[in-house]
Parts: sequence; structure tokens; C-alpha cells
Amino acid sequence: MSTTSSTTAQVVNNRTAVARRQMSDAAITRLFILPTIILLIVMNIFPLIYSLFLSFTEYSVIANAPPVWVGLENYVDILTDTRFWHHFAVTGRYALASVALQTVVGFGLAMLLRNKFKGSPLITTLILVPMMLSPIVVAKFWELIFSPSYGIFNYLIGFTGINPNTAWLGDSTLALWAVVIVDVWMWSPFVMLLVLAGLSAIPEYLYEAASIDRASGWFQFRRITLPQVMPLLLIAVLFRTIEAFKQFDLVSGLTGGGPGDATQTVSIRLYQLAFGDFDTGKASALAYIVLVVIIAVSNLYIRALNRAREG
Amino acid sequence: MKKLSIGLILVALVVMFGGAVQAQEITELNIWWAEWDPAGYLQQIGNEYEAETGIKVNVVQTPWGSYYGRVTTEWAAQGNAFDMVVGDSQWLGQAVTEGHYADLTEFMTTANDDGVSIADTVTPATLSYYGEYPAGSASYYAYPTEGDANGFAYRMDLFEDPEEMAAFETAYGYPLAVPQTWAELRDIAEFFTRPDDGQYGVGVYTQIDYDAITMGFENIFFSYGADWSDADLNVLGVVNSPESVAALELYRELYTFAPPGTNNAFFAEMNDLFVNGQAAMVMNYFAFFPALDNASINPYRDVTGYFSMPAGPDGDRFAALGGQGMSVNNYIDDARKQASLDFITWFATEEVQARWAEVGGYTCNINVLQSEAFLTQTPYNAAFAESMTFVKDFYNIPEFGTLLESAQRNLHAHIVGGEGTAQETMDNMAAEIDEALADAGYFD
Repeated sequence: MSTTSSTTAQVVNNRTAVARRQMSDAAITRLFILPTIILLIVMNIFPLIYSLFLSFTEYSVIANAPPVWVGLENYVDILTDTRFWHHFAVTGRYALASVALQTVVGFGLAMLLRNKFKGSPLITTLILVPMMLSPIVVAKFWELIFSPSYGIFNYLIGFTGINPNTAWLGDSTLALWAVVIVDVWMWSPFVMLLVLAGLSAIPEYLYEAASIDRASGWFQFRRITLPQVMPLLLIAVLFRTIEAFKQFDLVSGLTGGGPGDATQTVSIRLYQLAFGDFDTGKASALAYIVLVVIIAVSNLYIRALNRAREG
Repeated sequence: MKKLSIGLILVALVVMFGGAVQAQEITELNIWWAEWDPAGYLQQIGNEYEAETGIKVNVVQTPWGSYYGRVTTEWAAQGNAFDMVVGDSQWLGQAVTEGHYADLTEFMTTANDDGVSIADTVTPATLSYYGEYPAGSASYYAYPTEGDANGFAYRMDLFEDPEEMAAFETAYGYPLAVPQTWAELRDIAEFFTRPDDGQYGVGVYTQIDYDAITMGFENIFFSYGADWSDADLNVLGVVNSPESVAALELYRELYTFAPPGTNNAFFAEMNDLFVNGQAAMVMNYFAFFPALDNASINPYRDVTGYFSMPAGPDGDRFAALGGQGMSVNNYIDDARKQASLDFITWFATEEVQARWAEVGGYTCNINVLQSEAFLTQTPYNAAFAESMTFVKDFYNIPEFGTLLESAQRNLHAHIVGGEGTAQETMDNMAAEIDEALADAGYFD
């Protein structure tokens, strides 16, 4: 009897010990997501917070000297420097022109491809190819395309009467438009894709009802197509606007910010500050200013998006 | 659990000390350099070092446009990815004051058994420009590895064509020949600019990345009597002097005689222009002329001549300094530093420097530079040796990056973009450089 009791007690103790060693479901869940959390903190959260701190310091990452607190000095220097306002102006013009043209071209392509025809899947795939390419590769071959000596771009526009020897990348007044053209070529398919998704979701009966009421094509576009597609269109425009403000590799590969500073966007200047001048503090401050601008612009789009959804 | 812990600790100790022992046996050295032909030549020399010593030498190359960024990133990390770096002369100030380069003063000035130090074996100009900081301090941080300067390649067949010669003399009043002054070079460039025939007079540096357009401009800038500062580092009235404005006007004029599409051109584009027959003359660093002396690359190889920079209006003659010195990474351990110094000691011997010149490197060794073998080895070596007697450099202070960015941007805007006048450009540049130097505390 005592042996059975002691054996039972031992089994209970063992089970208790096992139970204690076994982790709860919640703990196991936390253990599994812990590596991702650590990675997120190390790669995203910590740099975000640390760079915010650095933006208030005078610091060079290669100078082997600790950061020196200077308060708002970096922000004041940037916001009172006319050169930086020039960079913002270049970036704004670029974003406005590029996104507007992408919207028009992308929407137009989507309207053309909404109805299936023979070969439309292949054509759609081919149209999507530009946005699958590496931006720096795109920049390098467009550099050749724009060559005034042997580039095909000048050859083609020569048929329109425009000077076939135009130095697109070497002219201060044209270089930004050259970058816009390349960006539109590359990213209009993205807008087209989102608009196509929106167009395919429009119920056919709306058009049937409109036809019965003898509504014109333009009326149907204005009152049915556009409102239905607007939420997705705004999402596309939002994404492209954010990307336009961050644009670096295309500009760097095509013009390097030149001629002079004619195409020197904020990203190019930020890169020079961070990796040319190694003024890490000021570069961090500029990065946060750009972040605030992007958040502000995004908020405008999101409000418009919400209105479009409610409407 | 206890046994497992002890076992883990033991393994860790073995790895630690085993690794430490391993670190003393240097089996390879890493040298970082830009991606260009001389780096390939250095790899050849490195292979010979491996054959002699068993230590493998890896010359890791990075494109010029991103070379500085890659090296500075490694500095920021205090990394040991390289043992030696062949750095640009402009980097010296920054690298020395920020502690990235090991001090080589004692190493280079200690005499060997023959009473000769490494510093004695190289030309004073190259030792000063490629290795010394601050200027005149006799403190050295690099061994002059690749001497280089800007020169010109030209089409001898065009220059020596009787009809061309007659037409030129009729138009300009003096014989067509290798230009002795920048004014003559301008005339020749204009003479050979024939857009309808797809031929242009000259190719000049215009690249906005790093330092290309500034280096190209410097050839005329210095030769016209201009400078980046006076003895007290004052720039106002110096950088924007009448001489520098005249130099800029000439450089912009030369760009109008360049083939279209050279708005962002550096060494590769210069050679392309020449081998494609688009330009009668091209400027380039001598380090890139071996390609033009290669018949499989240059169809005009047999009629390609070379000359060093012409003189300015007052007879001053300068060439923009190129080239680099080899420095030792201050963040590697002592064993690797010693192994690096051993390599440099071997590399600096006259036999190896002669071999370096033979494979295509531009030695700074005095004896090799003066040898008949070197001067006659290639069609451009004589012009190179001459150029190395009047080279001049940009700032090499720690703030050079900021100053260079101002020069690059302003020069590119005016020369390529056609913005503003030459006076406005130089005034703007002078103001920006002055502000940068003031912010850095040079005028306290």
C-alpha cells in the first residue's frame, strides 16, 4: 500500500514538474514571434528613434566623436537655407508632373484594356514589364535613349519637328522633364493595374441602366466609372506620390542631380549630406522634415479617399 | 544541465583562443581600390607577392562614383574589411584627423641598411601630395602608389594632314601643331568641330559625380593663375578672381566644341569619344591611356599622340593631380598592420616599382621615373613624367567633401546647364566655400 502511494506521489510530482516545464500557449506564441519583434526593433524602431535623436545633434558618423546636442539648429539651418527650398521645389514639381501624367496614362491604358480582346493578356503583361525592372537599370538605358548623338528618343521626336539634337539630360530646363518621362514610362502600369481592378469591380447593370436612360459615354464615365474607380485611383496616386517624394535611384542614375542642381531632389541632397559631407545630424533632420511632409500630403489623400468611399 | 553549461563554456574558450592563435597567421591581405586599370595591374603585382611569400593579395575594386562612399561606410563601422586602401589624395585630411589611417611616418622615414628610407625613393611632390598631412608636416599616412595627372590624347593624322594644316594656318595665322597654350588648344578644338561630319574638336570632363568636372576645370584654373585659396585659406576674391572667371569661360567654350551627349562624361566616355573618331583631342588621366595604346580597342592607335597640359596666358602650366597613395587601415589588428607594412616594403623596392611600371602602373619611384626604359615604354610616359613636375591638387582638408560638392554643382550648372555667367558661378562658389570653411572654424 505504501509503495503504491509513493509511486503515485512520484508520478504526480513528475507530472507537476513536466507541467511546470511546459510552456503555456501564450508563451509559445510569444516565443515564435519574438525573433520578428527583435528584428523589427533593431532594423526599424531603434534606427527611427536614434535618428530622431541624432537630428538634434551635431554628429558625423565617421568622425569618431560623440554626438553634440544642438537642439533645433539643424532644423533651423535647413528651413532657412534657400538651397533646401530649391530642392523641395524641384521635388514638388517632379512629384506633381510625374504623378499627374502617370494617373492620366495609367487610367487611359486601363480603359483601353478593360474589355478583353485577342492578345489582351499578353499586351497587359508587356505593359507591366517596365515596373518590374530595376530603377538603376532603367536609368542607365534611358541615358542612352536620350543621347543627342544616337538616342532613339531624339530620332523619334525629330519627326514632330522638335530639334533632334536636344540634350535632354544636359539642359537645365529639360532635364527634370526627362526624369518625369522615364518615371511615367516606368510606373504608369502600376496605376493601370489598380484602375483595372477597380474597373472590373463595377457592376455591369449600372451601365445597362444608364444606357436605358440614354446616358452619353461621357456621362457614364463621369457618373459611374470615375466615382466607382476613385478609391483605388486615390490609393494608386497616394502610393505614387509617396514614392515620388522619396525618388532617388532614377534621378541619381539619369542625371546625378544635374545639370548643376536642376534635378537635385530632396533625396539626392539628403544622400549627399549623409554620405558626401557626412553631416549625419543634419541629414537626419532633413529626413524627418521629408517624413513630416509625406505624412501631411498622405493625410490629404486619405481624407479624399474617405470622402470618396462615403460618397 | 550543469555538464552542458560547462561543455559550452569549454567550447567557447577553445574557439576564442583557437581563433586568436589563428589570427596571427596572415594568409591573405585585402586592398581596396577604385575600379580601373591600375587596380588590375596591382592585382598582377599582388599575385607575384603571393608567389614569393604565400600571402594572397586581393585587390577589391569599386566603381569610382561609389568608391568614396564604400570606404567611408567602412570607416564609420571601424571595419576591417580591408587591410590597405589606395585612397584619393583629397581624403588624407579627413582620414588622418578622424583616425582612419595608421601613421606611417616612422615606417617611411626609417632608413634601411643602405641608408635609404622609403620616403627617399619617391619624388618629393608625390610624397607631399599623396602621403603627407598636414602639408609640410613631414607626417606621412600613405605610400605614393599611383602617380597620375591629366593629359591629352590627340589624332596625329588630323594634325599632320597637309590640307588640315594649310586650312588651319589660313584661318588662325599660325601652324597647326601640339598646342603650347590653352588659347591654341581652343582654336584647334574650334577648327576640328564639324557637326555635319560627326566630328568634334575636344572631349572634356563633365561628370557631376565625385570630382570629374572639377578636375577637368582645374587644369585651366591653375594654369590661368587662379587658386582655391591664398596662404591664409581666404577664398573670397581668390576663387572668384578675374583669372578664375576667364578660366571658367574657356572651359565652357571648350565644352561647346565637345560632342553632344557628353554632359556627364568622365574617363570611359573620353576614351569612347576617341576610339569612335568623334573627337580630335580628349583629356583624360594618363592612367586611362593604356586603352588607347591597344590596337584592339583603339583603331587610331598608330596615329594617337599624347601631350601634357598647355600653358596659361602668363606661361603658368599645371595639371590636375590624380593618383593615390596606399594607406594602412587603423582598425585592423597589429599583426595585420605589420603584414601590410611588409607588403608596402616589398612593393616600394626599386625592382618591384620597375615591374609595377612595366605592367602599366604609374610609379612614383624617382629612379624608375627617370629611367630610359620607363620613358620609352609607352608613347605617353614621357608626357606623364613631364606632367608630374607641375601637378596641383584640390583641397585635402577634412571638409573637402563639402567644398568639392560646391565646386561640382556650380561648375556643372554653368558649364553643362548654361546657368548664370562665369562671374556669378565663381562668386557663388567662393561664397559657399567661404561659408563652409567658416563653419568648420578655419577663420577663428
